[in-house]
Amino acid sequence: MNNYFVKRFLYLIPTLIGASILIFFLYSLIPGNFIDTDPNLTAERKAELYALYGFDQPTIIRYFIWMGNLFQGDLGYSLQFQRPVTEVLNNYIWSSFIVAFASLFLTWGIAMVIGVISATKQYSFFDSFITILVFGAMAIPSFFLGLIAIKFFAVDLGWFPAGGMTTSGADYTGWAYVKDIAEHMVLPVIVLTMLGIGGLTRYFRTNMLEVVKQDFVRTARAKGLKEKVVIYKHALRNALLPAITLFAFELPALFSGAIITEQIFNWPGIGAIYMQAFSVRDYPLLMGFTMFIAVLTVISNLIADILYGVADPRVRVK
Amino acid sequence: MTQQKPLLSVNHLKTYFQSDDGLVKAVDGINFDVYQGETVCIVGESGCGKSVTAMSIMGLLPDSSTIQGSINLDGEELTKLSKGNMRRIRGNKLSMIFQEPMTSLNPVMTIGEQITEVLLEHQVISKKQAIKKSLELIKLVGIGRGEQIIKSYPHQLSGGMLQRVMIAIALACDPKMLIADEPTTALDVTIQAQVLNLLQDLKEETNMSMLLITHDLGVVAEVADRVVVMYAGKVVEQGTVEEIFTDPKHPYTRGLLQAKPVLGSRKKRLYTIPGQVPKLVDLKPSCYFADRCEHCMEICTQQTPELKCNDNSEHKVACWLYEKEVVHQ
Repeated sequence: MNNYFVKRFLYLIPTLIGASILIFFLYSLIPGNFIDTDPNLTAERKAELYALYGFDQPTIIRYFIWMGNLFQGDLGYSLQFQRPVTEVLNNYIWSSFIVAFASLFLTWGIAMVIGVISATKQYSFFDSFITILVFGAMAIPSFFLGLIAIKFFAVDLGWFPAGGMTTSGADYTGWAYVKDIAEHMVLPVIVLTMLGIGGLTRYFRTNMLEVVKQDFVRTARAKGLKEKVVIYKHALRNALLPAITLFAFELPALFSGAIITEQIFNWPGIGAIYMQAFSVRDYPLLMGFTMFIAVLTVISNLIADILYGVADPRVRVK
Repeated sequence: MTQQKPLLSVNHLKTYFQSDDGLVKAVDGINFDVYQGETVCIVGESGCGKSVTAMSIMGLLPDSSTIQGSINLDGEELTKLSKGNMRRIRGNKLSMIFQEPMTSLNPVMTIGEQITEVLLEHQVISKKQAIKKSLELIKLVGIGRGEQIIKSYPHQLSGGMLQRVMIAIALACDPKMLIADEPTTALDVTIQAQVLNLLQDLKEETNMSMLLITHDLGVVAEVADRVVVMYAGKVVEQGTVEEIFTDPKHPYTRGLLQAKPVLGSRKKRLYTIPGQVPKLVDLKPSCYFADRCEHCMEICTQQTPELKCNDNSEHKVACWLYEKEVVHQ
């Protein structure tokens, strides 16, 4: 068992090295960089800046310098912000994280409940109604959904603020501050949840339909168990197994921000920073951030494997 | 035995399904009784309504089916019971084992959990007692190392072991009636005999009744007291096992017996009944076996024969060949 994890852990190393090569060279081999974007610089000044940021070195050497820094926890230096990348990420990532986390929680909770009910009452009124609703929500683009939400809930009804993360000018502390942020979070979270819920509901419904057809569910009924026990104890546990993989993919998504939704609600998240970094070619920031997401993805895959072992005795390694 | 009240009495049972092609009469007006301590076999080809009959008795058919007629178990009319009351009978007084032991158990629950579950559902006992009873049941169905078995998962056991576990689950609450739907079909031939012997022994020990569904006439000869032959949703012949094997009346039963390989006989080719079971949609009144029957007469294609006795015995057959006066039109 322990051997398996050590082995699995060792596999991470080549995967991450591969990812680092791809990420570094993709960004480094593109012609032009942050310094080139400024047309007012003299050739002399340019050469100075090149030397300052290490752009004068051969690309291969730069890769090893970058890697060396990575091992020391240094993701690079953001040219646009003139701060270490880790500091920039740390400043913006958590605001993206709280929105993504709240929406993840809601999406999975609601999708699971609706999916299971839809499956147990296949082709009923509830099932058809939810199907239409869910496809509707999936089909609407986020910018449209976001604007509609702002129009109704922020402008017409005035229930929630239209954008931002805190009320400007207000100087809340303690719980008042938390409440203020929570109020600002509501609309972006609703929009993100609506966007994500469709696919997941269908996924749970399909999984569940697949499982209730299985022989062991019939056996459970033949034992005279209550329908609730049959569905929630026997069927649901089996229907959740394939969702573990899907859940693992959510971990990097928690930190990667929602570019469009953050833009609409003027949310100071990492998605907006990411887009901005592209437009000014702040490659160190982009490389650092992409590498960070790559590490998260690889780790979440490992977590998925471990979770499978816990949840499914057939996968459990002896 | 004949004067006794039957434990299970199925009367005019009709189970229909609505399909895209029309109404499927999967079971079309069948009657049979099972007495206390008796083994009745339902025989027939695939698709003739055997399993649907079993599922109708268990009340496990989907809501899209309609059931008419009566199913009486030990004085209780099962077709009129509420869902909750039916659930209390299932797995308790009336239990069932299935064809595929490999898929019939939940892959993510231990064997122990799956046996105790049925005990805890139907009996007032503590968890500890349930585990103790489970160990006894495992021993009863002839598996050793019970302590280890209750902690294992289905994928760790062989098909034969799993079927024994299924039997343990079915017998957990001392059922009066056990329905076994082709319990040996998915097993190795050597294991088949073991499982059949086990079922037979347990049946004698507990004096329960058994309804065994099979297409294997070897199995029938070994365990049955009485036989019900089904074809296209109808009972075509019914009698004691001796009557069916020594004096088969219906051409279909004769065909089935002829199609059975006999050890030691050196036939070049095994007999097969030509044709297939008809589609059970929009059948015209006729003997449904008519187009496969070598004795087909004019009346066979026009009227449905009734299941009746032609002498004083309990041996019944539904075939125009045995009608004393054939109604000529």
